[in-house]
Amino acid sequence: MTRSLFLIAGLLACSAAQAAPQELLQSYATQAKQENPQFQAFSATRGEQFYHAKRMHSSGKAQSCAACHTDNPKSAGRNEKTGKEVLPLAPIANKDRLTDPAKVEKWFKRNCQDVLERACTAQEKGDFLSYLLSVK
Amino acid sequence: MKRTLMVFTLLFAGSAWADGNENLAPAASNLKWKNECSACHMAYPPALLPERSWRRMMAGLERHFGQDASLDAATAKEITDFLVKNSADRAGGKRAKKVLGSLGPNEAPLRISETAWFVHEHDEVAPQVWKRPKVGSPANCSACHPGAEHGSYSEHQIRIPR
Repeated sequence: MTRSLFLIAGLLACSAAQAAPQELLQSYATQAKQENPQFQAFSATRGEQFYHAKRMHSSGKAQSCAACHTDNPKSAGRNEKTGKEVLPLAPIANKDRLTDPAKVEKWFKRNCQDVLERACTAQEKGDFLSYLLSVK
Repeated sequence: MKRTLMVFTLLFAGSAWADGNENLAPAASNLKWKNECSACHMAYPPALLPERSWRRMMAGLERHFGQDASLDAATAKEITDFLVKNSADRAGGKRAKKVLGSLGPNEAPLRISETAWFVHEHDEVAPQVWKRPKVGSPANCSACHPGAEHGSYSEHQIRIPR
């Protein structure tokens, strides 16, 4: 009896931790459809390209997600200005990632501005999350 | 002569010690302040800048030293209130007073290292020391003050990395 209770508690804990990224993806999919009626699905491959793509910033410096988060999202990165460690982005390496929608949105707002000098589209955000979730 | 010198040295060391040993951590901390600021850098002691500096800082988070550090309005307000409450104008303590006294009435620096107080306190540090890889810049308090994260800047604890 105690054992099955433990099992149920364990399963519930797992599903709660897993639910957040999927719910986020779902809400980005809804937004993506509003932004573009032709929207089909998110693509981890496109997200990976987006992660590595270097963009010329108006400051004259090439910027990319990978510049701070490193080429491998399972690795810890560094804030390029302060040198402070940034914990890994891939949920496989950092189970707290993508579990707090407000935190995800806060960092998309900041980092899309710093790298792309504009807000990201829902399609870009969904592709990006799909990529991070696909990393094994 | 030697004795007089010693007395002077002791007196000087004594005053520096008393001042330098004062802990700069805010009396009561704030979780949002700690978590949000320290996501990218140390949560600097609010007592080292005046209220006008913190207000200016928090009003410009979208362009925060070249990075977007914007916050939602509720979090920004909570952190601003906390910073103001613990600012150099209101914190009390010797160093808060010295920081404030080193600034003109309309001066609102965004960097602690731009206050005349900070410059004076660090005037023995050679320019090349700041550039050492383990130091990087004057923003990296913990490089030489190991207790900085906990508000401790005691002169006895200073360790300048090679």
